[in-house]
Amino acid sequence: MSEGIIFYGIALVAVVSSILVVTVRNIVHAVLFLALFLLSIAGFYASLRLDFLVVVQVFIFVGAVVVLFLFIVMLTFKISDFSRTMSNRQRRLAFAASSGMLFFLILALAKTNAFNNLYKQNAPASLRELGTELLTTYVLPFELVSLVLLVALIGAIIIAKKEK
Amino acid sequence: MSLHHYLFLSAIIFCIGLYGVLSRKTAIGVLMSVELMLNAANINIVASSSYLTKGAIPGQIFTIFIIVLSAAETAIGLAIILSIFRLFKSIDLQKIDSLRG
Repeated sequence: MSEGIIFYGIALVAVVSSILVVTVRNIVHAVLFLALFLLSIAGFYASLRLDFLVVVQVFIFVGAVVVLFLFIVMLTFKISDFSRTMSNRQRRLAFAASSGMLFFLILALAKTNAFNNLYKQNAPASLRELGTELLTTYVLPFELVSLVLLVALIGAIIIAKKEK
Repeated sequence: MSLHHYLFLSAIIFCIGLYGVLSRKTAIGVLMSVELMLNAANINIVASSSYLTKGAIPGQIFTIFIIVLSAAETAIGLAIILSIFRLFKSIDLQKIDSLRG
């Protein structure tokens, strides 16, 4: 019973903040609502008892990506931009397309019988097992992702450099 | 809390992010909506793995990789936005149409 209240509470925060991210006029408010949304997603990971993912989500998304967004907003916005609307011409078509997709997704999820008797969450693995799996079974994507990070680092510096 | 609840929630957030990608005027708005979609997919993967696999290990590992890759992609996207701003002096996506024939 209390688990249901927690889930619906966090779900309400997540959905409301995501709607606010895509509709507010002020871009700084949108970035702050994005931070609130990412924190609520961390709350979902906590409700599934995945503690490592909570920490990773808060550190990387809220602590680095949102700060990066705020830096870029600071560097690329003039003060006069803040009061104009933030939705472009195809707003109604976008609403129709996304609500159509939502309708079909919910229809497909409601009609399927594949997830019928799942009421018990499995106990999550400990951090030791997660680390062992990361370095034995999934070592190839692990190394490749480190290469991707290196390339992203070098590429971002080169792209954003001032031309002399 | 069955798996259905998490999957419905993931679908709702994904479609809200889809609306944001299609209708935001600035490139930063589009990138934020892409973050919404990626987090919705993360919720989907993590919940499915938590209910269906032992110890939820594949879901957690997949989610870690998605988080890392989305952070890298956001960093590069924001660097590109910065250099576009230097060139066009505006971030209104409807004004950046040099490639439009």
